[in-house]
Amino acid sequence: MHIVVCLKQVPETQNIRIDPETHTLVRQGVASILNPFDYFALEAALKIKDERESVKVTAITMGPPQAKDVLIDALSRGADDAILISDRAFAGADTWATSFTLAAAIKKLEPVDLIICGKQAIDGDTAQVGPELATILNWPYATYVKNVEFLDNSTLKITRQTDEGYAVWKLPLPALLTILKDVGDPRPRSYKCTLRARKYDIPTWGVTDLNLDENQVGLKGSFTQVIKVFSPERRKDKLILEGSVDELVEQLYSWLKEQRIPGI
Amino acid sequence: MKAIIDKELCTACGECADVCPVEAISIREEWAEVSDDCTLCGMCVDTCQYDAISLPEVGTGPKKDKEDYKGIWVFAEWRHGEIHKVSYELLTTGRKLASKKGIPLGAVLLGHNLEGMEKSLFEYGADVVYMVDHPSLEHFTDEIYGNVLTELIKKYKPEILLAGGTSTGRSFIPRVAALLRTGLTADCTELDINEEGLLVQTRPAFGGNIMASILCPHGRPQIATVRPKVMKAEPLEHPTNGLIERVDLPEEIFRTKIEVLAEHKVEGPSANLVEADVVVSGGRGLMKKDNFGMLYELAELLNGAVGASRGAVEAGYADSSQQVGQTGRTVAPVLYMAVGISGAIQHVVGMQGSQVIVAINKDKEAPIFDVCHLGIVADLFEFVPAFIKKIKQERGEKE
Ligand SMILES: Cc1cc2nc3c(=O)[nH]c(=O)nc-3n(C[C@H](O)[C@H](O)[C@H](O)COP(=O)(O)OP(=O)(O)OC[C@H]3O[C@@H](n4cnc5c(N)ncnc54)[C@H](O)[C@@H]3O)c2cc1C
Ligand SMILES: Nc1ncnc2c1ncn2[C@@H]1O[C@H](COP(=O)(O)O)[C@@H](O)[C@H]1O
Repeated sequence: MHIVVCLKQVPETQNIRIDPETHTLVRQGVASILNPFDYFALEAALKIKDERESVKVTAITMGPPQAKDVLIDALSRGADDAILISDRAFAGADTWATSFTLAAAIKKLEPVDLIICGKQAIDGDTAQVGPELATILNWPYATYVKNVEFLDNSTLKITRQTDEGYAVWKLPLPALLTILKDVGDPRPRSYKCTLRARKYDIPTWGVTDLNLDENQVGLKGSFTQVIKVFSPERRKDKLILEGSVDELVEQLYSWLKEQRIPGI
Repeated sequence: MKAIIDKELCTACGECADVCPVEAISIREEWAEVSDDCTLCGMCVDTCQYDAISLPEVGTGPKKDKEDYKGIWVFAEWRHGEIHKVSYELLTTGRKLASKKGIPLGAVLLGHNLEGMEKSLFEYGADVVYMVDHPSLEHFTDEIYGNVLTELIKKYKPEILLAGGTSTGRSFIPRVAALLRTGLTADCTELDINEEGLLVQTRPAFGGNIMASILCPHGRPQIATVRPKVMKAEPLEHPTNGLIERVDLPEEIFRTKIEVLAEHKVEGPSANLVEADVVVSGGRGLMKKDNFGMLYELAELLNGAVGASRGAVEAGYADSSQQVGQTGRTVAPVLYMAVGISGAIQHVVGMQGSQVIVAINKDKEAPIFDVCHLGIVADLFEFVPAFIKKIKQERGEKE
């Protein structure tokens, strides 16, 4: 069985903030990290590898050359193979162009039985790449998956979280899942795998390797256009109250009443 | 492709170089220069005070006969025989956009035994309700819902589609966008029509630290999802019954590889978290599990639900299904009360869309005071019981 895990390198969002005085973005050593949700995708794949026979896990990422770091991390935790999908032409891709490019990589990696993605990436927070990738491949998919079980070699039983509870689905392979943290914390890097990762020569696939046309990828192949990026409005009317508890209770109560909070 | 510098306007001040996350900008003597490392993230564009930086335009994508697409559609979601509030919120928004453009507003209702459910959609402004009633639509699956909505769009060609950013909408709308080969903007917080008649979709990115306005110039329909409670629902003053269009589709559209084995509604502390109008959340400041009791009491008085920070979940004070934030749930209630929560960014991204945020923390410097509307600097163990007492008194209840 061949499982592909889709990983994304993202800027550590907590360090990206707006300077309250100049209203500009402060970079302040914005580190690049593996999208936190993708650790769970990797862990889900590695768990299947632990439990079942002859499972191969390939980690892929599309991004600039430094995105290789997340692949080294994945190899160090037990992924068997890794592919970097990188080309100047991929820059500026929206979710469609990203999914389209990843789909071409999956086709080159075939046979693939299962693709596992994170729930969403913390930079764009769209949660679209998983479903769009599955759709382009014409595979069934399930999002927000909490639990994965194999009914047989080609059928999964999954539990997906819904807004009000959960649903249990049966779906045939090949399929794509986007995974929640419920699969368990990611395992640490192992010594053996880290050594191997250090020596592993990660292949890079670009537009020509994937047989793509420059007009289908990156910003050129995208539908959505960012026209403006700006700072969110700061709260001007913010109130911070100090004083005796009795006073504070009165103040909060009447303020909530003014705001017409239901129940007050 | 990379960000474009207007050399006439650039003053070589260097601010863009400071914000570039990939260090792709360097300053020449007279202007900034962008290297091939540029990822077109757009972070520099806003930073520039001189409007000297812009991003190149998206490729046309496969061009559509755009003129054929008319009208705005809202995907109407339902739960247990009732329309989900987010659909009313979207109809209200859709109605404003539709009248600005002078085009009709449609609602799409998919399911089984739907009769009667369409009525309330007219009350919120739908001119037409498109209904597909089929046994295969009784349970949600991405495949069938996606295929059916795609068929309807191909047939009726709306130029804009709005859907709720629920666990359903966020899951199957990307399928619709991919099948139709068009753009999709998730979790918009503002929607408008520009002079060219295009949908301007504004949404937070990078954990809410920046906002981005996005267009889909060539793909049709232009599709956006919006989280529940982000927009306001207002029924029409004089609703009139619009048209009902019952659509039959060929059986093969309803075929799926997925089998729904079970669907469960979970009761318990987190059952109502995403939908509640009031969420009272506790953090590590609560000190122990038992102390969460007062939050339940407060939440119950306000008909709300109880959430928690990851700190509190990890300390065992609350269930992981109650976690609000980056790795937990996203909530946007009318009132969010953060009690004994420091306000780490990972928590804030899950609640910053709330209409009113009240923070109770004894540390005046806690970052939660940067995001709240009203901050109370106090010991929660004194404040919360006193506040509960106050509400009860106001209601004239005996303690
Ligand atoms: C990848 C990643 C994902 C994460 N995802 C999430 C997430 O989804 N949700 C989330 O919440 N966190 C998340 N976190 C963790 C987050 O960074 C914080 O660690 C966490 O939110 C802190 O919880 P807390 O505010 O309850 O605890 P603390 O930071 O310990 O804050 C407790 C607060 O209580 C106040 N306090 C103490 N006693 C009292 C008193 N008597 N009266 C009043 N105030 C009092 C203190 O002043 C303090 O501000 C994530 C972290 C990472 C790295
Ligand atoms: N550039 C990329 N390379 C590999 N996987 C990606 C990429 N972008 C997104 N993904 C996958 O898709 C998921 C959802 O991302 P997003 O749609 O950006 O929120 C992520 O958790 C990843 O698993």
